[in-house]
Amino acid sequence: MAPTARPTVAQPLSPHLQIYRWTWTMAMSVFHRITGTALYGGTALVAIWLVALASGPAAYGWVAGFFGSIFGKLILFVYTWILLHHMLGGIRHFVWDAGIGFDKTQRLSLARMTLIGSTALTVVVWVVGLLAR
Amino acid sequence: MAQFNLPKNSQITQGKSWPAPAGAKNLQTFRIYRWNPDDGQNPRVDTYLVDREDCGPMVLDALLWIKNKVDSTLVFRRSCREGICGSCAMNIEGQNALACTMGIDECKSPDNALPILTRKDKDGAIRIYPLPHMPVLKDLVPDLTNFYAQHAAIEPWLQTDTPSPEKEWRQTPEDRARLDGLYECILCACCSTSCPSYWWNGEKFLGPAALLQAYRWLIDSRDENTGARLDNLHDPFRLYRCHTIMNCANTCPKSLNPAKAIAEIKKMMVEREV
Repeated sequence: MAPTARPTVAQPLSPHLQIYRWTWTMAMSVFHRITGTALYGGTALVAIWLVALASGPAAYGWVAGFFGSIFGKLILFVYTWILLHHMLGGIRHFVWDAGIGFDKTQRLSLARMTLIGSTALTVVVWVVGLLAR
Repeated sequence: MAQFNLPKNSQITQGKSWPAPAGAKNLQTFRIYRWNPDDGQNPRVDTYLVDREDCGPMVLDALLWIKNKVDSTLVFRRSCREGICGSCAMNIEGQNALACTMGIDECKSPDNALPILTRKDKDGAIRIYPLPHMPVLKDLVPDLTNFYAQHAAIEPWLQTDTPSPEKEWRQTPEDRARLDGLYECILCACCSTSCPSYWWNGEKFLGPAALLQAYRWLIDSRDENTGARLDNLHDPFRLYRCHTIMNCANTCPKSLNPAKAIAEIKKMMVEREV
């Protein structure tokens, strides 16, 4: 066999993220990572609320006031969606770990359902929460 | 940490626009990645116009038409032109495919893309790049050395302890049927190079193609080395960098499902522990 020609210059790396077409499953995988990271912040919100609750009426009043404001509610609304999206993503991965849901239509609808389901559930949680107050 | 940007020597510059063929009525624009190891310059994207009336229906037909009639320096691999050799694997309109089995009209209407994140060129050009996140040898030809080494690493041959029978190793039709959807792999590398996990950890993660082959031997009723094969894969990177992103199954030009094969290997890992 003839010797293989050895490249003399640094080979470029072909483009990847820059050119690859986003598929539903790929996008939901990335969303799962992002929401998982964002949950650190969300858990901090819960921790702040609990610490305030333990610290007495003054501190709790301040935190409850913030969470009750428009801006606070917006943050909690987004946190609800992040939490539910990550939960549904976890269930999707659990289904795949069981070795099912891999067919073309199944994997596409599982990915779509994660996004649609998390959005719908967030709205349901908030409507129920606001009505029950 | 993964590097999401292209290194400096890999950033793509504006290329040249080649003249339109004389007298053509039905033109299709192609934007094609070019890199020449001899001129010391960065990669560029050249624009070509193809006369659809004079050209076959597949993307490979268009590439050959360009090479024959416009620019003979355009370099790409191809051989069988019927989807069995796997040579002409490349990134067409953002998805990996075989140029010979991907239609020029077909590649413009993807069925699993996320519409809001899908960018299209205004002039309806078809964009062609080498397989993603690979060292480039020239134009559309990637260096597959590492990819082939990973295939070799899973030892893709029958391994037995019992003495060989006089004729062939026998297998029931049911056991043979378990290899369907696995043996058809042509090692074109579309799946592995579509996988973000492989992009970021291609040195350590075996990638969907090698793992599908690994499963093909794990599940073979005649193979007697299943335990050692599983030991070889029991590694946080080799097998477990698969995060079911599913690009492999979405892109496979033979409609195989490497993601499912990997899930089955993970199940085998658990089953032998309990």
